[in-house]
Amino acid sequence: MNQPLTLTATQKAGPKVTAVALGVVLIVLLAMPLLHLLPADNAFHVSAYTLTLVGKILCYAIVALALDLVWGYAGLLSLGHGLFFALGGYAMGMYLMRESAGDGLPAFMSFLAWTELPWYWYGTSSFLWAMCLVVLVPGLLAFVFGFFAFRSRIKGVYFSIMTQALTFAGMLLFFRNETGFGGNNGFTGFTRILGFDITAPGTRAALFVATVLLLTGSLLLGWTLARSKFGRVLTALRDAENRLMFCGYDPRGYKLFIWTLSAVLCGLAGALYVPQVGIINPSEMAPTQSIEAAVWVALGGRGTLIGPLLGAGIVNGMKSWFTVAFPEYWLFALGALFIVVTLYLPKGVIGLIKRRGEA
Amino acid sequence: MKTAPVPELITSLDRPDINGSGRDAIGLGRVKGAGLDARHGTILSLEDINVSFDGFRALTDLSLYIGVGELRCIIGPNGAGKTTMMDVITGKTRPDSGTAFFGDTLDLTRMSEVEIAQSGIGRKFQKPTVFEALSVFENLELAQKTDKSVWASLRAKLSGAQKDRIDEVLETIRLQTSRNRPAGLLSHGQKQFLEIGMLLMQDPQLLLLDEPVAGMTDAETEFTAELFKSLARRHSLMVVEHDMGFVDTIADHVTVLHQGQVLAEGSLEAVQNDERVIEVYLGR
Repeated sequence: MNQPLTLTATQKAGPKVTAVALGVVLIVLLAMPLLHLLPADNAFHVSAYTLTLVGKILCYAIVALALDLVWGYAGLLSLGHGLFFALGGYAMGMYLMRESAGDGLPAFMSFLAWTELPWYWYGTSSFLWAMCLVVLVPGLLAFVFGFFAFRSRIKGVYFSIMTQALTFAGMLLFFRNETGFGGNNGFTGFTRILGFDITAPGTRAALFVATVLLLTGSLLLGWTLARSKFGRVLTALRDAENRLMFCGYDPRGYKLFIWTLSAVLCGLAGALYVPQVGIINPSEMAPTQSIEAAVWVALGGRGTLIGPLLGAGIVNGMKSWFTVAFPEYWLFALGALFIVVTLYLPKGVIGLIKRRGEA
Repeated sequence: MKTAPVPELITSLDRPDINGSGRDAIGLGRVKGAGLDARHGTILSLEDINVSFDGFRALTDLSLYIGVGELRCIIGPNGAGKTTMMDVITGKTRPDSGTAFFGDTLDLTRMSEVEIAQSGIGRKFQKPTVFEALSVFENLELAQKTDKSVWASLRAKLSGAQKDRIDEVLETIRLQTSRNRPAGLLSHGQKQFLEIGMLLMQDPQLLLLDEPVAGMTDAETEFTAELFKSLARRHSLMVVEHDMGFVDTIADHVTVLHQGQVLAEGSLEAVQNDERVIEVYLGR
């Protein structure tokens, strides 16, 4: 916990190099949806598979960034961020199911012989209300959970275990058919969003651009926070909470703010993930999903903002390659990766780049 | 002792807003009195404090008064209850019985740690505790006396006067050249000074210092003694220290604690010649 704040890591390696690299990445990401619009026989055409895969990874990168805000800065390791991601996804999914079902009930409800929508489905045919739910549901859950956890001064590993239990409880709840969210199949078979065909190249491209914009916005927000006094208070909180209290700061409000913000970012990422991937089910709430998110952050470098984005990209890139080439070995590779990072790269990939830059 | 505070007589300590807003926003707010009122010349009064941990009596009927502007040294063998007493004053430990008042009106036993810190009590820990990942300058910035709510921190920008104040304190604690170094890279003695500097930024009325010169060189100790003496006029200090040479240099008044009680009080010379004190120190 004593490592100096590495917010400036990349800047020390050369602010110009970082800015140029980020600019190039942004241009490439914005070019991809345009290239997807080219006819399929064009040499520069980006396939729907590639676009969806990258879009999915970008959503994960937002989760990594959100997790880094609470773990890397405030020192709160959450092993339940998958829950907030999935809740955002489900809120979006509700809208997509309604939009796809037209005036009727969503298909899974007909299978259950339900004749009317449960009360919490009311209004979900409106895109605006669904967007409100995307923000409110993860946000409120995080606020209430955080309020009690921080008031009881739950910290460290106990906090992590509780978040893990929370996402597990969420998963069990959503697995039930009676809960009204499609049971273990979740939501799938979306056809339309805002009146557009969800698989049309234009729609895919628009969703991809929205994801890039959300990621960029989150990154800028994270930067602003990390550079503000608020960010420094969070770092202080991580390293010496008692000292901070005797300086006259109440840690609870600070923790609650960043915790809730992080959950909302995850919810938004989930909402963009669902229409691109085309499915949301309770396995997104599985504890392993949330733990994997922690691996992304640790691999990239905690407390660096850029690092977790790299981490999410590297791990998920490897994952999609491994699960095609050697599906049975992926979990071993993931485990090995985590061990290597813990033993040899305590500051993550960013730490490595920084060291190279200084050498 | 306790009279109703007369508003125009309350020593206004130019504290703009100690009620903050972020704490109230999450339901932690408490209606606060009019701030510190120490008109009767006593900044801290502890009366009949009892604290026990699982049957072990850490403090027994402890009574202690510290005057405004006084520099009081607390000495006593290990386990005498010195740190527990500081914990009671700062709200970390609640006494089983007894009263603890800051000034004439602020009941410390009913305030949270944060409220106590905001009302003007600063504490230095036995082990130097600074924000290691932040620079020396940032450490002082966080400690400064200002609105410490979440909202204020999100929008905070250092004013020129605040920067000057930080520079002034940097000079006082002789860390100007290390202002941009991470505090984690400082030597033990420098960390001690940084923590003292953070207390200065907080500008508390009462400073509690737990073994401030532990691990310092002789020169640093001497400098600390000068610093404390210069602080004593404007602030009240309570120093727990084992180093008798240091105590001799700074203290006008010494309290000896033993087994959770005040054993003796007076000048260092008088205390050192007290038979009971000699017995406690040499009889072991």
